[in-house]
Amino acid sequence: MPKNIDEYLIEKGLFITAISSVVIILLIIVFIFWEGYPAILNIGFFDFLFGMEWSPSNDLYGIFPMIIGSLAITGLSLLMAIPLGIFCAIFMAEIAPKQMRKILRPTIQTLSGIPSVVYGFFGLIVLVPFMRVQFGGTGFSMFTASIILTVMILPIIVSVSEDAIKSVPSEYKEASMALGATHWQTIKNVLFPAAIPGIITSIILGMGRAIGETLAIIMVAGNVVQIPSSIFDPVRALTSNIAIEMGYATGIHYNALFATGIVLIFMILVLLVIANYFHYKKKVTVGGGYL
Amino acid sequence: MEYRIEVKDLNVYFDELHILKNVSLKIHKNMVTALIGPSGCGKSTFIRTLNRMNDLIDTFKMDGDVLLDGKDIYDPKVDVVELRKRVGMVFQKPNPFPKSIFDNVAYGLKVHGITDNEVITEKVEESLKSAALWDEVKNILDKSAMGLSGGQQQRLCIARTIAVEPEVILMDEPCSALDPISTTKIEDLIHKLKKDYTIIIVTHNMQQATRVSKHTAFFLHGEIIENGPTDKIFIEPCDKRTEDYITGRFG
Amino acid sequence: MHRIISPKIAQKVMKLIFWISGIITILILLVIIGYVILKGMPVLNLEFIFGDPIDSGREGGIFPMIISSAYVTLIALLVATPLSMGAAIYLSEYASEGKLVAAIRFGAETLSSIPSIIFGLFGLAFFVIYLDMGWSVLSGGLTLALMALPTILATSEVSIESINKSYSEGSLALGATKWQTINRVVLPAALPGITTGIILGMGRAIAEAAAILYTVGAALAIPISIFDPARPLPLHLYILATEGISLENAYGTAAVLVIIIIIITVVTNTLVDRYSKKMMGR
Repeated sequence: MPKNIDEYLIEKGLFITAISSVVIILLIIVFIFWEGYPAILNIGFFDFLFGMEWSPSNDLYGIFPMIIGSLAITGLSLLMAIPLGIFCAIFMAEIAPKQMRKILRPTIQTLSGIPSVVYGFFGLIVLVPFMRVQFGGTGFSMFTASIILTVMILPIIVSVSEDAIKSVPSEYKEASMALGATHWQTIKNVLFPAAIPGIITSIILGMGRAIGETLAIIMVAGNVVQIPSSIFDPVRALTSNIAIEMGYATGIHYNALFATGIVLIFMILVLLVIANYFHYKKKVTVGGGYL
Repeated sequence: MEYRIEVKDLNVYFDELHILKNVSLKIHKNMVTALIGPSGCGKSTFIRTLNRMNDLIDTFKMDGDVLLDGKDIYDPKVDVVELRKRVGMVFQKPNPFPKSIFDNVAYGLKVHGITDNEVITEKVEESLKSAALWDEVKNILDKSAMGLSGGQQQRLCIARTIAVEPEVILMDEPCSALDPISTTKIEDLIHKLKKDYTIIIVTHNMQQATRVSKHTAFFLHGEIIENGPTDKIFIEPCDKRTEDYITGRFG
Repeated sequence: MHRIISPKIAQKVMKLIFWISGIITILILLVIIGYVILKGMPVLNLEFIFGDPIDSGREGGIFPMIISSAYVTLIALLVATPLSMGAAIYLSEYASEGKLVAAIRFGAETLSSIPSIIFGLFGLAFFVIYLDMGWSVLSGGLTLALMALPTILATSEVSIESINKSYSEGSLALGATKWQTINRVVLPAALPGITTGIILGMGRAIAEAAAILYTVGAALAIPISIFDPARPLPLHLYILATEGISLENAYGTAAVLVIIIIIITVVTNTLVDRYSKKMMGR
């Protein structure tokens, strides 16, 4: 029965392509660990993670200021992107007239498609000089980087939150409106609470993108290895560290940059696990759960 | 005879589709009016016009007059929120919020500005009693409404609706998703409520129309073919089409 | 306790806030795109697009960079498309939910959230050094393939799953095998969705710079062989801007990139629109 053998081979072939993403992710993790592990052994886990000095020429490899740098830039950009993003998502899902929606959707798509270097470039030639004039200093700062990142993560927060709000069963909205609630009361008391798991997912996805962004941040953040004492201080993110120094790193320095990559992967994995938790929770709440 | 609602020459369109054609109907005060007719005849669209729920649909267009106590509810000066408070609605599928039983009933009170907890608690109890649900839920008020049976959920939705003290209650096939026992309970409830409220009920079920209503309107293809006292419609209809429908020849 | 703001006022105020948020978002895009394109316009001419860079890009054009971008993107799509389509078909038509499928999904999800610089590191360690492909179009293209894979996979899977099961049941009932059914009924129906996925993956590959920073090299010449180093557009823009080589040419390069992304957005939207209209039977 050759027909069945064909079918069998096709299924196996498809299976191999299906597991390719698992194989790739494992390969990536193995290779990054393989190259990064010697550095952690050599430097020491705590000295690497919590060391305050990064000075390859003096054999000092502490990434703590950059962990703080990454988290600070991400946190500040989330602070700006979350309210704007959620409001914009509600606007698109509930308020905007049809014509406006037709403009907004491609706008969001284009914003998410623009290369990060273009954002960085825009930041470098427009935002940095602006900041220099407005707030003094060089203009390269954690704040400048956060503004650029805000624009970059806005599309994710808007589109995922919009989906979440739209997927709230319309019966809830109708029930609330039929009771004489205003549209805003309905949004605040019914739609928003029901969409929270999806909205949290959107925030986590945005956070992942912010932590992972590299070149746009390099172009505007100033890249000084220090724990910022104000939002107008220059900072260096973990990603930037890798991209800036990989070009000339050798020996333990080279391994230390891969070890920086391990820390990044770890952060992203933690975020993914949290996102999956909320995704799972969302499924439960729809099927008769509790808010 | 006093009328609560008067509809004159109502036409409703969704985009190009002409859903309701020159519909005129008078709804008596404190009486149950049943709207019957085959699926897609426009009866649901009709009652959704009475509390302006169709406004939520982008493509909705209408002309004609809908008067509530003599005042046009589509007058631009009318406050839709206020209107919906006066004209409550119970939907086809029970749609409690994913909140606690208590919060479901309290929701309408809160959105209308009542913040005194004592008043709310009292009102919730009163509404649940009126909806004949109190005894079943009084010990689980803080449990999710999603855990109730379909029939209980629908009575909760009725309780939620009467908590805001409407004058008119619209019911869009309230029993179509329920079992016979729950249906009986809802029908009993309708009997109880009719002395205080003007009730308009859309139903597929002819027996139900005869059981609960005093007045019936028969819709077909977006028009009212016949309307009058329920007894008359079901015993000696004037129109051949009405007769065909109620004797089960189509629909 | 009484309320401070009446619901009607709250409704008006909030509606205004929502409108403002929507308008801010549109303004952000207009400002960025408008600025980049306006500043880039004076540079954009045939000489710039079809010319070679002179003096490391201080003067001259960006033709080798356009070719580089096309080259790496082509390799990325050639590798990622079959892999991700196969995976999408397997996940939506063959796999039964279980630990393995959960693992595959988590793998794809992780792949789509890994920072691009990590892909760059991996590309460097694996393709460039371990497999000894050197800094080349091939190393860069393969690295980008890994990034485009989850995008194409996710979109294709959704579009295959959205095909009405009755189609394939109709085919199976006629005695067609499972693969015949997929090949002749399911895939043609899902094609517009899959195409959208491929274009989105293409967009991701064209826009990427961090992942190819240490895999593709930075050569200024037109790459011929897949083992030649190259310099795709985003990388060129990064180098021009950060090394302060030429602001004019950086504007021009940025404008070209933005125009490509706008074209991609328009094309995907038209495809999706036409597809959904067709599905609605209009």
